Amino acid sequence: MDPTQDRTEPYPQASPASEDPAALRGYYRQMALIRHFELRAAEMYTRAKIGGYCHLNLGEEATVVGLMAALRPTDYLFTTYRDHGYALARGADPGQVMAELFGRATGLSGGRGGSMHLFDAGLRMLGGYGIVGGQMPPATGAALAIAHRGEPGPDSEAVMCLLGDGTTNIGAFHESLNLAAVWHLPIVYVIVNNHLGMGTPVEAASGEPALYRRGCAYRIPGARVDGNDVIAVRDAAQTALEQARTEHRPRLLEAVSHRLRGHSVVDPARYRSAEETERLREQDPLPAFRARLIEDRILDQEAADRIDEECEQAVTAAVDFADASPPPATETLFDHVYATEVANTHFGLPGDSPTGPGLFADRPGKE
Amino acid sequence: MAAVTYRQALHDTLRAEMLRDENILLIGEEIGVFEGSYKITAGLLDEFGPRRVRDTPICEEGFVGAAVGAAMLGLRPVVEIMTINFSLLAIDQIVNHAAKMHAMFGGQVSVPMVIRTPGGGGQQLAATHSQNLEVFYAHVPGLKVVAPASPADAKGLLTAAIRDDDPVLVLENLALYNTKGEVPDGEHTLPIGTAVVAATGSDVTVVAYSRGTVVALEVARRLEADGVSVEVVDLRSLRPLDRQTVCASVRKTTRAVVLEDDWLSYGIGAEIAATIAEGAFDRLDAPVRRVAAAEVPLPYAKQLETAALPDAAALTRVIYETLDSTGFTARPTTPAGG
Repeated sequence: MDPTQDRTEPYPQASPASEDPAALRGYYRQMALIRHFELRAAEMYTRAKIGGYCHLNLGEEATVVGLMAALRPTDYLFTTYRDHGYALARGADPGQVMAELFGRATGLSGGRGGSMHLFDAGLRMLGGYGIVGGQMPPATGAALAIAHRGEPGPDSEAVMCLLGDGTTNIGAFHESLNLAAVWHLPIVYVIVNNHLGMGTPVEAASGEPALYRRGCAYRIPGARVDGNDVIAVRDAAQTALEQARTEHRPRLLEAVSHRLRGHSVVDPARYRSAEETERLREQDPLPAFRARLIEDRILDQEAADRIDEECEQAVTAAVDFADASPPPATETLFDHVYATEVANTHFGLPGDSPTGPGLFADRPGKE
Repeated sequence: MAAVTYRQALHDTLRAEMLRDENILLIGEEIGVFEGSYKITAGLLDEFGPRRVRDTPICEEGFVGAAVGAAMLGLRPVVEIMTINFSLLAIDQIVNHAAKMHAMFGGQVSVPMVIRTPGGGGQQLAATHSQNLEVFYAHVPGLKVVAPASPADAKGLLTAAIRDDDPVLVLENLALYNTKGEVPDGEHTLPIGTAVVAATGSDVTVVAYSRGTVVALEVARRLEADGVSVEVVDLRSLRPLDRQTVCASVRKTTRAVVLEDDWLSYGIGAEIAATIAEGAFDRLDAPVRRVAAAEVPLPYAKQLETAALPDAAALTRVIYETLDSTGFTARPTTPAGG
């Protein structure tokens, strides 16, 4: 693919007609699950069950599900802090995800990471990352480990590293792409372009706003795909991943969609006009995909309703599980600070003396 | 036992560990073809090949972060950052990522990586290339920071760092690379988090690390001839900090001076002084004193540079001021041969 070719419109359209109906229904189910999960997460945040920052995938469900459908279980995933949907679509238990958001002991990381840092070693989901761009060098290093151990080929593992549109302007983006290019690494960087870095439009932030072209400086081929089209996203990601596997070369993919709400739960998105908000609602990928599946007779109304209902029940069960789960015990505060035990770590709470009252008093004094 | 340089000890340790464990790889700028800015990695590219000795572009954040990711997948990268000054370019990956992952992800992943990097001034490299920023990293839970002072300790602590499952920063020092000392043959590891009494004495404790320990030992030898018995505690490890060994020594000598290469305010010495205040206050005969670098971006001109850096003369002066303030009288020296 010629990376200099600006292929903004129209997107290549994927056709559901040639697809496995069960797979399509599965995509719809995952998208619906994410939608229900995120709406409940927003509600739980306003009810103070969830603390800190909370970034939702609302409006990005097609991108999330399409990308995850392209990954093999043996591939590795690094994401941004907008990560709930990715964990769910990768196969994480909704209860454990919600419990992590609630800060409970039963959460994916025992309540130590929260919304922005979902991690599931078994699923090779190697973390949501709260620092913009922070995931990119480690993801690149994961690809280095793959290249270090094995040869390119159709069976090679690969890494998918997600990033937002704003991340294309930070140094870690450029250093990572350059390393992946000169080291020949099997990694696909996916820019999830929702048009806004918090409140800053892509055009105001990026000298080259056609973000898929930003790999040009490193001769990394880029492609842009309609992030509202789950099948197109899956196909584009599969193509990029296959190239990464067989050549051990990086690829850049840009999926363009919209977030339906603010940057995080507490952002009312006043930088958007009423008309813009209305337009985005019309482009909402979830009802669009639902209508398409019904039109193509892959789902009927009743079956679609049933999926929605089941997803709602699954999310309710996740909330109930999280709510019933205990918080991590204070005694576990110092668990996991170090993987290898080491002498003289200070296991004191605020106010505790690191030398301990009288701890050394019985030592031999001066003669 | 053989007398080798600190540089050679580091080199030999890297080589021995790479022979022992196939998962160890070296990552850094100019470590391969150029054989390292300070030649620690000389010959290793030829012996182990580019897969295990990986030259990087100039991108500290990128390659330190790449080492983090490689470590997450079970490799054991040993990263060289040319000097600790350049670690600032990578501080997000070190502090926000390497140090956090094991805890933040609930113990599901560990980051068994080493960052080797030299600090130190006195080479007329001016303000941006002469800093001692170890306290930045010693401040952060999740990291381990060791600072060997001798070739033997360089071997023992680097070996321990490589075999540790956590991110360990090994602080080297430009002024130490050519220093020589006996190094044990074969296996030699030292426990991270543990200080050592490098010289026993009874009148005053000098707490030091890295280059400071070498200076302190030299001063201790000189003062012995004047009838002053100096105990030198070499911290060896800045995080975790062995407070117990520091306090036990000060409880014995009742006086303490800290020698540190970093700046005075908020430095390693401040932590040591606070530790002594909490753990040995009832035994102290004098305030804890600190001998640290002058608080100035280090000038290039040799005279100014020398004036700004802590040295044996400054340490000697402060030891005597501490002793004098408590009415200490030196014991008469033993006549030679007596």
